[in-house]
Amino acid sequence: MAFASIHVPNFPVQAVVRAEPSLRNQAVALVDGIPPIWNVVAANETALLAGIELGMAKSQAAQFHAVEIRNRSRVQEKSTHAALLDLGASVSPRMEDTAPDTIILDISGLASLFGNNENISAQLVQRASALGLLVHVAVSSNLEVSLHAARGFSGITVIPPGEEAKCLSKLSACALLPSAEILETLERWGVRDCAALAALPVLQLSERLGQEGVRLHELARGACLRSLVLAQPGVRFEEEMTLDFAVDELEPLSFLLGRLLDQLCARLEARALAACAISTHFDLEDSFEKDFQVHSENVPPKLAPKTYEKVLNLPVPTRNSKMLLKLLRLQLQADPPHAAIVKIILSAEPARPRAAQGGLFLPSSPDPEKLELTIGRLANLVGYANVGSPELIDTHRPGDFRMSRFVPASDQSTIPQKNATAVAHGSRETPLTAFRVFRPEIQTKVELHQNYPTRIYFRGMRGNIIAASGPWRTSGDWWREDIWQQDEWDVEIRFDSVSGQSQKISSPRTQDGLYRIYYDSLRAAWFARGRYD
Amino acid sequence: MAVNLATLRSNVELALAGRVAAPFSYRDRHAVETVSTGIAGIDLLAGGLPRGALTEIFGPACSGRTTLLFSALAARTAHAEACALIDGCDAFDPHSAEAAGVELKQLLWVRCRNIEQTLRATDLLLQGGGFGFIALDLGDMRADVLRHVPLESWFRFRRAVEDTPTVLMVLEPESNAKTCASLVLRMEVEPARWSTTLTRETHAPNFLRYPSSWLLESFGIRAELLRSRMQPIATNGFQKPFASAGRSELFETNVLRSFLSVARMEPTPK
Repeated sequence: MAFASIHVPNFPVQAVVRAEPSLRNQAVALVDGIPPIWNVVAANETALLAGIELGMAKSQAAQFHAVEIRNRSRVQEKSTHAALLDLGASVSPRMEDTAPDTIILDISGLASLFGNNENISAQLVQRASALGLLVHVAVSSNLEVSLHAARGFSGITVIPPGEEAKCLSKLSACALLPSAEILETLERWGVRDCAALAALPVLQLSERLGQEGVRLHELARGACLRSLVLAQPGVRFEEEMTLDFAVDELEPLSFLLGRLLDQLCARLEARALAACAISTHFDLEDSFEKDFQVHSENVPPKLAPKTYEKVLNLPVPTRNSKMLLKLLRLQLQADPPHAAIVKIILSAEPARPRAAQGGLFLPSSPDPEKLELTIGRLANLVGYANVGSPELIDTHRPGDFRMSRFVPASDQSTIPQKNATAVAHGSRETPLTAFRVFRPEIQTKVELHQNYPTRIYFRGMRGNIIAASGPWRTSGDWWREDIWQQDEWDVEIRFDSVSGQSQKISSPRTQDGLYRIYYDSLRAAWFARGRYD
Repeated sequence: MAVNLATLRSNVELALAGRVAAPFSYRDRHAVETVSTGIAGIDLLAGGLPRGALTEIFGPACSGRTTLLFSALAARTAHAEACALIDGCDAFDPHSAEAAGVELKQLLWVRCRNIEQTLRATDLLLQGGGFGFIALDLGDMRADVLRHVPLESWFRFRRAVEDTPTVLMVLEPESNAKTCASLVLRMEVEPARWSTTLTRETHAPNFLRYPSSWLLESFGIRAELLRSRMQPIATNGFQKPFASAGRSELFETNVLRSFLSVARMEPTPK
């Protein structure tokens, strides 16, 4: 058996730095507390060297101009812990969630995949770096030894079997996390490292320190045995950011979204997954006072929602953060939030990444990711309702359809061969006549003779109906409010009068030809539906 | 004389250096792959629709432009190609297209409100790439609006579609793309054919006398090939001599007079 412990030193600071990578090489101090009492609760090594001390008041810490002061973020710590679990799951499914800053992996049998223990440790450090974390890794055949070595030694520590006690001998007794009372006793005895603790006689130690003392003695000797408490990594991929100042412009918001998407995509990549949907949740700045001033006293103020939620569904799972950012930007441009943003939550719905096999003889098809971007840009131009694939609805109502997502099939076998004869021969002798629709329908005036249309007026034009066929009477949806009842006619119109004013406004819609008109019985009016072309 | 020519040639080459790679080398028009329009007569006339080129179909209303578009869309979607229709006038009828054989799931429909949106949407789709067929429907737009479309837009479309497997088809009331179009077809209106159920004895040509007995059966279209820059190559089964570039030739044969059956959905006569 072999166990690898991964420890994130200075966890609160690293959680903040992960969300703000520009702080990586700077002195950072974190403050926490109940306002107005803010104290420094964590600081990185550079900040400590600069003179920052834990427990120092925020006002004192602010005197150090070279030190960046940030609020401790438990939200970021939660995200970082989730990222740490994703890191462990990317290597081994057997994992223990020991502490927010520490996990232990069972790496038995991974030699064929990653090589020896040194290689596995190097892989873990490299993957942690991709997730924005600097970690300590220790590998040992004893679970507790690996855990304490990871907490006590920096970098990679690989402990050969049988040398656990020797390796731990240099470790401070504090790394075994004794209670404060026992730690004080040990210091009074002059026991400062594990070697000294392991050299004490266990029976006398038991008499003086009880079972806790015996446990510490076993830990110091590297003889403490316990089994792994398995943990399942979560399937929720969420990144959150609370902003110190509200953001109301797209450019700075894009910068923040890009950071969160990078983190999300790195986590998904660690788990060999991709996102099939991205949910965006914004907490908006409270605009109650402004709204209240605008509304009169008689009318109760109608408050705008304080949150903004959108879901970006993707046709194929992806973890390309740049493309996702472009799509999110397009979505926000089309429908921006109505107030400044104070908190951002991005969550990804995980799915297996797309696996596609190309073919030499397959027809050309747009790259799904690029297509989604193009459709997003088109939707931004003409509106989301005006881009997509038309889908017929199971109804007899004339002209009814709905727009659906455009997902082209690249395989011909998936296309129903409704015109198999035409496909086989490449072309057909007598194609069906196409029809062009007027949207919206044009109201017309129609003269009747023996209940049949003979003359028509529309768009300032007057024409003779030289032939007509009909009526085709249709009706339906009598149980709904939008009931319809129409008499349709196919008419051939020859326009005969173009006055000066009419000539100016005449359009290609008023030309001689074959039209479809109908009489709406409910509205008692004639309309032109479209034209054969 | 020979020395003068050589000097002149080198001077011209020097002047065009960096802009034209080899001004005096013969650049052969590369053979263009064509695809079927879906109508046998027009395939025989024009040799199909060229890939990587702009095809312009123009003509008045009811001249069969949309029928030709739907036939081409049906042929391309049946081959699982991704198609796009930029509808400048929001005149596309999905029911009619589906009846004509268009696989609607393979069609991206962009409904535009004005010419600016239409041109911008075309740019986006051409830049996106990957589509086998892109149609730009400006059929119901006013001619004066289309005349104001700058020529560089058409040049840009032509350049964007060059060396790609995309067929770019433009439907208009008048020809506007000028030399940017590799294939130009003019469609003309032909009289509609009405059938009647009256017997020969009672039949009268007057519609008003027996209005209920008439039925729209079909109407004809006539296509005229005005320009084709394609080299004939053996592909898709049709190898016909094409019109050479710059020549306008009128084709008025029976093959082009294809009478179209009128498709109606569930007629319920009174």
